[in-house]
Amino acid sequence: MNLISDLPEVFDTFAQQRKNSFLTVKEFKERGIPIIGSYCSYFPKEIAMAAGAAPVSLCSTSGETIPEAEKDLPRNLCPLIKSSYGFAKTQKCPYFYFSDLVVGETTCDGKKKMYEMLSDLKDVHVMRLPNKQDEEALDAWTNEIIRLKNAVEERFGVTITEEKLREAVHINNQANASLESLCTVMEHDPCPISGHDLFKVLNGSQFKFDRKALAAEITALSQKIEADYSSGRMLDKRPRILITGCPMGGATEKVIEAVEQNGGIVVGFENCSGEKNFGIQVDEKAADIYRALARRYLDIGCSVMSPNPHRLDTLGRMIDQYHADGVLEMDLQTCLTYEVESAKIRRFVTKEKGIPYLQVETDYSQSDIGQLNTRIAAFIEMI
Amino acid sequence: MRYIGIDIGSTSAKTVVMEEDRKILCSFTVPTGWSSFDAGKRIETELQNRLGKLPRQDFRCVSTGYGRQAVSWAERRVTEITCHSRGASFLFGDGLMNVIDIGGQDTKVISVTAGKVDEFFMNEKCAAGTGKFLEVLSGRLNIPPEELDLLASHHTKELVISSMCTVFAESEVVSLAGQGESKENLAFGVLHSVAEKVSTLYGRLAETDRQKVVLTGGLCSYPFFQSLLSDKIGQKVVSAPMARYAGAIGAAMMA
Ligand code: SF4
Ligand code: SF4
Repeated sequence: MNLISDLPEVFDTFAQQRKNSFLTVKEFKERGIPIIGSYCSYFPKEIAMAAGAAPVSLCSTSGETIPEAEKDLPRNLCPLIKSSYGFAKTQKCPYFYFSDLVVGETTCDGKKKMYEMLSDLKDVHVMRLPNKQDEEALDAWTNEIIRLKNAVEERFGVTITEEKLREAVHINNQANASLESLCTVMEHDPCPISGHDLFKVLNGSQFKFDRKALAAEITALSQKIEADYSSGRMLDKRPRILITGCPMGGATEKVIEAVEQNGGIVVGFENCSGEKNFGIQVDEKAADIYRALARRYLDIGCSVMSPNPHRLDTLGRMIDQYHADGVLEMDLQTCLTYEVESAKIRRFVTKEKGIPYLQVETDYSQSDIGQLNTRIAAFIEMI
Repeated sequence: MRYIGIDIGSTSAKTVVMEEDRKILCSFTVPTGWSSFDAGKRIETELQNRLGKLPRQDFRCVSTGYGRQAVSWAERRVTEITCHSRGASFLFGDGLMNVIDIGGQDTKVISVTAGKVDEFFMNEKCAAGTGKFLEVLSGRLNIPPEELDLLASHHTKELVISSMCTVFAESEVVSLAGQGESKENLAFGVLHSVAEKVSTLYGRLAETDRQKVVLTGGLCSYPFFQSLLSDKIGQKVVSAPMARYAGAIGAAMMA
């Protein structure tokens, strides 16, 4: 398969994907396909897929509705929560508008309380996510996934058979594997594409509803990038920065830009816009597919887990795999769990991995661009 | 060949010219004013007054500071973090040191080895612990900022201003003055507040115990403040009159 013509065009299309899929969602609605919205990587998409529903990501990434949200919410709250609530309240997010059901998880306190407020506007199902990753937690999380399955079946009058679930698991595994393998093009030094272009694809792919087609498309894209690279198409050599921390996108792409406009290149994303989200596979052969699904999601190395060993594992692996020269952590203002954990991450990166680390805190405004540029440029000058 | 370093900060713009052998030929400061581009033009004029018309091939220039983009004719723009580190090593010798730079709107602490940055932290968005804080509060006390240090050294009481926020600190000073606190004690409170904030930032460095701690930027000629800061961080903080030029010196070294 070779559908890929011009790379910049492909990156642009992915960047527009969120907008372009508005119509698709409307069409789904008209055809009676249920739409299930979610805000977090812990949401097991496969349950929605097995129910014949379309899972959509509702996380908002622009500051537009924050003033409206601040009429109800405290000012010093994570911008992701404020903006997501604002878009829901003002009905400005078509994905929220068209969602039949919203699934949340008990992750951070801010989100938990937001789900309570959202339940005035929508049908909300909250999954009780344990904050540990031991066997007991796995039992509990497996039950939660079954509880979600029952809720979805009841809400939409469908039956999720084991066969359908296994099929969904297989399809989603393939989609995730294709994204993971796309990321590996950044192992090359110099890199074949910019980190921002990679980001556009990763982010846009969340809004491709046909996960089967997505896998094929991403695989073709990786092949095209590799082929171009072999024929000499690449960027110049630059300091290689790995990004970690809170989810990114929209307004916070300013951080990626600050790296790449100041002479660096982003080689990977250890956050929910990247490998934290799709880096883990479900064991398709497991006898108990619900437990396997639960394990895959519970293993996500998010700072809401305590302790959170998987984040260090993934970060360490990615630093080596992508030959990172430095790690940049982007935290959203007032995100307690990531900000507290950053002391540990700093120690791990500087002491154990022996490379520089910088943490920046930001929100969805553009007011800190100057400060971000100075910090990030100085960080790149250090390397 | 001459090397020119220009450091355009939020309140003042510093220029250093170095000879071929990297000896300092001259240095001068102009107020930044409302626009860093305007300051850039004034620096150009001042350079011509001092050096005559320099043919383009006879000098190289690096600009730094928050207004670094305003010097269109600089070969390179480098951040103040890197430049202050290089400048501090020029002034205080190579080897391990921690640099504290208190600027007009940014304060930074930097661990430096032989002019190279190991680690750095900057104050968050607010003005506490920066030159801006001093400027606003000395305005409130109706004295030029340069007089704060001498005034504070004559304090009779270790007055504490508890608000970190500039706006709240200002009203705190007003109400303390209303209760009859002396200017000397209030000046002490203001400098103490800056030292406190800066020492918290300093505490974030992984190696706070480095033997050499140097102060660059606008407060380098505030001996009383330096002693306050030394007490707070538990290390002797040294400085030198030329340390206000550390950023520009570092820039000239990299030109
Ligand atoms: S960072 Fe944690 S809470 Fe936020 S989306 Fe990712 S997994 Fe969910
Ligand atoms: S970024 Fe932090 S505070 Fe915001 S929703 Fe995610 S975990 Fe919660």
